[in-house]
Amino acid sequence: MSNAEAPVAPEQEEIDLGPANQVIDKYLNLKGALMPVLQEVQDAYGYLPEPCIHLIAERLNVYLSQIYGVLTFYAQFHLEPRGKYIVRVCMGTACHVKGAGRIADTLSDMLGIGHAETTEDLKFTVEHVACIGACGMAPVIMVNEATYGSISVKKMEEVVEKYRAMD
Amino acid sequence: MAAFEDQIRVLICQGTGGLAAGAKPVEEAFQAEFDKHGVDAKVGKRCTLVGTGCRGLCANDVLVDIVIPGQAAVTYDFVKPEMVPQIVEEHILQGQVVEKKKAGPYYQKFLEKQMRVVFSRCGTIDAESLDDFLAMEGFSGIKKAVTMTPQEVIEEVKKSGLRGRGGGGFPTGVKWSFCAASPGKEKYLICNADEGDPGAFMDRSILEGDPYGLIEGMMIASYAIGAEFGYVYVRAEYPLAIKRLQKAIDVCYEKGFLGKNCLGLGFNFDLRIKAGAGAFVCGEETALMASIEGERGMPRPRPPFPAVRGLWTKPTNINNVETFANVSYIFYRGGDWFASIGTEGTKGTKIFALTGKVKHTGLVEVPAGITMREVIYDVCGGILNNRKFKAVQAGGPSGGCLPGEAIDAEVDYDSLIKAGAMMGSGGLVVMDETTCMVDIARFFLNFTRMESCGKCVPCRIGLKLMLDILERITEGRGQEGDIELLEDMCYDIKKASLCGLGQTAPNPVLSTIRYFRHEYEAHIHNQRCPSNSCKALLKFEVVDAACKKCGLCYKICPVDAVIWEKGQLAVIDKEKCTKCTSCYDACRFMAIE
Repeated sequence: MSNAEAPVAPEQEEIDLGPANQVIDKYLNLKGALMPVLQEVQDAYGYLPEPCIHLIAERLNVYLSQIYGVLTFYAQFHLEPRGKYIVRVCMGTACHVKGAGRIADTLSDMLGIGHAETTEDLKFTVEHVACIGACGMAPVIMVNEATYGSISVKKMEEVVEKYRAMD
Repeated sequence: MAAFEDQIRVLICQGTGGLAAGAKPVEEAFQAEFDKHGVDAKVGKRCTLVGTGCRGLCANDVLVDIVIPGQAAVTYDFVKPEMVPQIVEEHILQGQVVEKKKAGPYYQKFLEKQMRVVFSRCGTIDAESLDDFLAMEGFSGIKKAVTMTPQEVIEEVKKSGLRGRGGGGFPTGVKWSFCAASPGKEKYLICNADEGDPGAFMDRSILEGDPYGLIEGMMIASYAIGAEFGYVYVRAEYPLAIKRLQKAIDVCYEKGFLGKNCLGLGFNFDLRIKAGAGAFVCGEETALMASIEGERGMPRPRPPFPAVRGLWTKPTNINNVETFANVSYIFYRGGDWFASIGTEGTKGTKIFALTGKVKHTGLVEVPAGITMREVIYDVCGGILNNRKFKAVQAGGPSGGCLPGEAIDAEVDYDSLIKAGAMMGSGGLVVMDETTCMVDIARFFLNFTRMESCGKCVPCRIGLKLMLDILERITEGRGQEGDIELLEDMCYDIKKASLCGLGQTAPNPVLSTIRYFRHEYEAHIHNQRCPSNSCKALLKFEVVDAACKKCGLCYKICPVDAVIWEKGQLAVIDKEKCTKCTSCYDACRFMAIE
């Protein structure tokens, strides 16, 4: 843990544990509560801050090692703050056949970040995902909840510009 | 549709595909027109806007059906909000179909060979409306089922010949009887909606388009097995499906259709959604149960099978979404009716997700026993840009690629396995001459390696080593003996892996070697990619003899590296070129290598 290089998020020490406690209260006596608790706490904070993980371990009476085991196994849990706009590039078979690799490269060139990385201004996070399930319109990207189908390199640029212009 | 005689219905496709293509603005445009004209009063009938689930032809979204009682339904495709005023004015108010905007004859062809059973409600009813569901036979299956004993219900399912639609093809009735026979009062029912196969999205369409149908299928199973508690394990990547299913479950609880004494029929069934968290291996039943219990989703050896010792160590029955959806129809129309569709070994219909280089991508439901060729050429209109068909990949990462000579295979569990693929979940990815088979094998292996849970060595390390070899080959650094080494490793990994993921992961490699060995050889011996798709081996030069001077490459190039004028051959400026392959994809004459 005492790695001098490790970046410490400035809000690390002053995180409001209220929302996390509320989630835990809801699931306290249910079987198999760990995953839904982690999912909902992540929804509340946008990622899973370390103090919250310690709190969950303590209140659900689960070992930290077990929680980290679950966190690192599933693709959807994040231990770092994430961007406001999450750009998911679908890498499913249909998208692959129709050139998703190129779309992903273009996006990386534009934003200067690769898979699972976030821009410094916390505006964009890029994720390469297995399959969004909109294969009929491959290649596909999603920005937060909005899906953009039949994406080309040029269209990709328009979409990114559109979100860049928003605050 | 006899159920809605009293109203004009405007059906707007609002599956994920439809919404992505802009279904919401279209709906708003219709609403605005209705308000403007006061349509209800003018035509003397109620005009209802219905947001339906997916109806299959996702490539042409937004699809809008106008259903006027006493007339055939008319389908418009590629609908944009600006087209709406014309449709409302001419079609709904004056009864004149807008011929120009109507879906072409291909839409008829698309539907002709299909047999929509499980999808009969998707695309015709409002997915979120319980009343619509009840008007279309909804919950009549469970009412029929409770008039039989649980044992008779299982017999009926056995008689129908339904086999697991998740891909394994195990007889559903037999599976139920195992769990029903297990001692103990506490049993669980799980619906596997962790549709992780890239290129398959039929489960999601059922969840989005007919959530009540799934609930009904699960109720029948719960009654037959005596399981009073059920989970639907849905991929977290499907937010809309989760939302619609949750809404349907909430409504059912409100109405007393779920919970204690369901529908007043004297049995209890509680149902809950469990959202997955992004792990492909969780589609494997033992891993899925571990995930519900809040552990890492790692498979465990079987036996003991879930029917004996499953979730929370209690007997558990797990079926796929499409399997449960089929169950309702068996009870609407009888097991004999179901058994009359399909082939000797595969009964009923199967939903396929057709994607890749076909003209009409989307979901099709066909009776088992139709040939692959009919599905690709008759239903989906053949290959895009009139290129040559090369292969179809069936069954996702655990399936295989079938070449042109094998696509006369019937779609049923057994003949597909014989041909070297498998039914799998039903994803069919069509590939043309621009798709490199070595790259496809690499793609699938990359996927399965990333998704391997790491518990057993053959899968964790074997797949990684195979991937290294394939990457080397696609970069032009293949060596003599690589193909034989790959084959050897495939057999070992298939034999020694713990769960289905590892046991089937080598299939794409095996089937591409079996049918496309020459492509592997070209990569290894001549450092050449016959399909010109492996980037490291591309030259990016225009083949003058093939160039038709059309300028498509010039228009598409994002960095202006193509030099072209009308009537001239194109030239690619290698200084500027970023090797993005846009031009290669755009060229219809294979004139870039």
